[in-house]
Amino acid sequence: MFLPFFPAERLRRIARDLPPERPLALTARIGSQRLVVALDLCARRQGVYPGMPASRAQAMLPGLLLKESMPQAEARALERLAFWCARYSPLVAAEPPDGLVLDISGCAHLFGGEEKLLADLLARLARMGLTARAALAGSLGAAHALARYGESRAALVPADVPLAERLAPLPVAALRLAEERGEALRRLGFETIGDLLEAPRAPLSRRFGREVLERLDQALGRAAEPFVPLAHSERIETKLSFLEPVAAAEALSGAVERLCEELCGLLAARQEGARRLDLLLARLDRSTAFLSVRLARPSRKPAHMARLLIERLGELDCGLGVENARLLASATAPLRPDQIASSLAGRQEEPDLSELVDRLSSRLGGAHIFRTAPVESDFPERAVRRVPAMARARAMARAGTRPKEWPRPARLLAHPEPVEVTALLPDYPPAFFIWKGRRHRVRRADGPERIFGEWWREASEIALVRDYFQVEDEAGARFWLFRQAGSGGLARWYLHGFFG
Amino acid sequence: MAETRTKAETGWRAGILSRLRQEIGALEGAAESRHCLAFGAKALDAHLPDGGLRLGALHEFSGGPAGLFPDEGGARPATKNFAGGAGEIAAATLFVAAILARLEGPVLWCLSARDLFAPSLAAAGLDPERVIYAETWHARDVPVAMEEGLKHAGLAAVVGETGRLGLTASRRLQLAAEASGVTALALSRPFRRGAEGGEPNAAMTRWRITPLPSSAPALSLPVLSLPAVSGLAGVSASPVAGIGRGSWRVELLRCRGADPALFVTEAADAAGHLGVSALLPRGEAAPDRARSAA
Repeated sequence: MFLPFFPAERLRRIARDLPPERPLALTARIGSQRLVVALDLCARRQGVYPGMPASRAQAMLPGLLLKESMPQAEARALERLAFWCARYSPLVAAEPPDGLVLDISGCAHLFGGEEKLLADLLARLARMGLTARAALAGSLGAAHALARYGESRAALVPADVPLAERLAPLPVAALRLAEERGEALRRLGFETIGDLLEAPRAPLSRRFGREVLERLDQALGRAAEPFVPLAHSERIETKLSFLEPVAAAEALSGAVERLCEELCGLLAARQEGARRLDLLLARLDRSTAFLSVRLARPSRKPAHMARLLIERLGELDCGLGVENARLLASATAPLRPDQIASSLAGRQEEPDLSELVDRLSSRLGGAHIFRTAPVESDFPERAVRRVPAMARARAMARAGTRPKEWPRPARLLAHPEPVEVTALLPDYPPAFFIWKGRRHRVRRADGPERIFGEWWREASEIALVRDYFQVEDEAGARFWLFRQAGSGGLARWYLHGFFG
Repeated sequence: MAETRTKAETGWRAGILSRLRQEIGALEGAAESRHCLAFGAKALDAHLPDGGLRLGALHEFSGGPAGLFPDEGGARPATKNFAGGAGEIAAATLFVAAILARLEGPVLWCLSARDLFAPSLAAAGLDPERVIYAETWHARDVPVAMEEGLKHAGLAAVVGETGRLGLTASRRLQLAAEASGVTALALSRPFRRGAEGGEPNAAMTRWRITPLPSSAPALSLPVLSLPAVSGLAGVSASPVAGIGRGSWRVELLRCRGADPALFVTEAADAAGHLGVSALLPRGEAAPDRARSAA
């Protein structure tokens, strides 16, 4: 299928304020020039062509609307259109910038035959405001050529008509050749595909390489051509329509439970579990209330899903009432049926905490449920990193060695608090320190443990050195103090944590 | 023949008796799962009615300023800090970690303050891999998270750094713990001054753990005690002694079926065991203050 004016018509679909009677062209800056890259039928009829400098087009047609082209948005729109075409066949692909490919083998009879399918497709596209040309043929290459260079807007090549017959009058450019190759063929007098077909193959191949013959064979259906359809995942969803608009929380909870049960049935059939659930409630005023829940592990337990969703139903504003509810498993992962562990094996299974993690996450937010993983850093502030609760912490072995060397406090102050210290000699642990106005006499002490700044993390730490002391005061309380050289070579003391 | 009949009869009677005992036990609310975790410190275990810490129940631990009170032969200084401060709760934190270390299975640790230093738990024998943290914005949300965790029978225990735990909240937690068999350990951190202890709650046991001056370690600081180091010959030893294993004042404020008591133990070792103190176990003497606080 060929959409000759797709970019321009896409723009018209979005920007409805564009005056329909004025021709429209899209421009892009190529090198130092602004060139017309796409246009609509009206502009084409009045002599604008792609590749024309924008200024010339403007001069020629003063009423011409010029807009910037947006290749990425256009590609996305084309892909969306391809997905829309999935109503005709599950195998669809976008051929940027202006083509769509549908493999309708085995689908045509659902629409009452190939002709009717084509007519339906073109009619629907026309209603969307898209000019389309479609061709249906036994090979991708032939369909491509006929859609772009054929005479009819809806070309159909029945299976019993040889493709060569229909392709022969078309120009060689229809073969999807590189531009300079088509140019070269034309210079040698090959105007149409028919000319190529009559020529002996061996010299052609010698002169032009394999590409020309390959494309020819593909168009004629003699050589196979790969067709990569868009990754089209089937949506797993369940829907429940209410007889009357519903707003009561109990009724909605009941509906959610039913939806979850149905959804889990679908998931079980596919041996998948949901990673993310989206609940969409269609309100009476045609707006949609929306709720989405993530799961720590793929799951297909209806009770668990329902509890997560119902807990958060209160967040939703049902307005005047809800007409229908849809539940979508918008992300899934393979989930095999569980093997029930035999009690004979004697091996204790690790209890599954994912349900607990999900429930807590939905209450507190996912980032607030975590495990800690050690980081290889001497700096206590950096020694711990948060990892998701369901991630198995791996590198624990290395960290296990450190606490044996030097003890670490049970409680750490986020910001070390300055203390006043009296030490007998500079390198000694303090004899007294004053913290929050109270004097602590040091009875016992251990240290120093010297920690160097990690210059590879921050340049300002090159000169940073901390000497940590564990001290016990006369009451038995244990503190973690450190001495750090401050400005002017003066050592400052800080309290950083508490031992038990 | 007669002998076998009597044997069968006695067996039958024994069956009835044990069934009755179970029924009575169930009525008393203890169910049959009267699992306990012994501390391994004799004086402590002997004092507790079950011979240890009852599992599947709520226990509360609080902290406070270090030292012995004057009537205990110490000079516990008045402090301006409240009992929920990071320094005051550190010993209780390790006490709880030591209990967890001797349980098996994953642990949920609910916190609202950001001062817990996770690597230190390993020093009390608690493998960091076993702990899942749930962080709330406010201390009042901690019991909510705890209750959620207590419903999950796969956990070994749920720790919560709660503020003051009231009667209703503690009863909910106690019931949830009984139902699932998951042990609930509340680290009570009243974040306002003067709010410590006092109020009654439904915890099975209530404890207060504070540090005590430790005894001398086996070796003093070796760093500067090398006379061979030239230039340091004059300095033969560090001016202060080195630090050994800490001591704790473990106060049982309240326990169903046992009197309040005071113990002195050594701090938990790397396997989560409390040392029986070289000082003095004075389990019998129940200080009046403790009773009034319960």
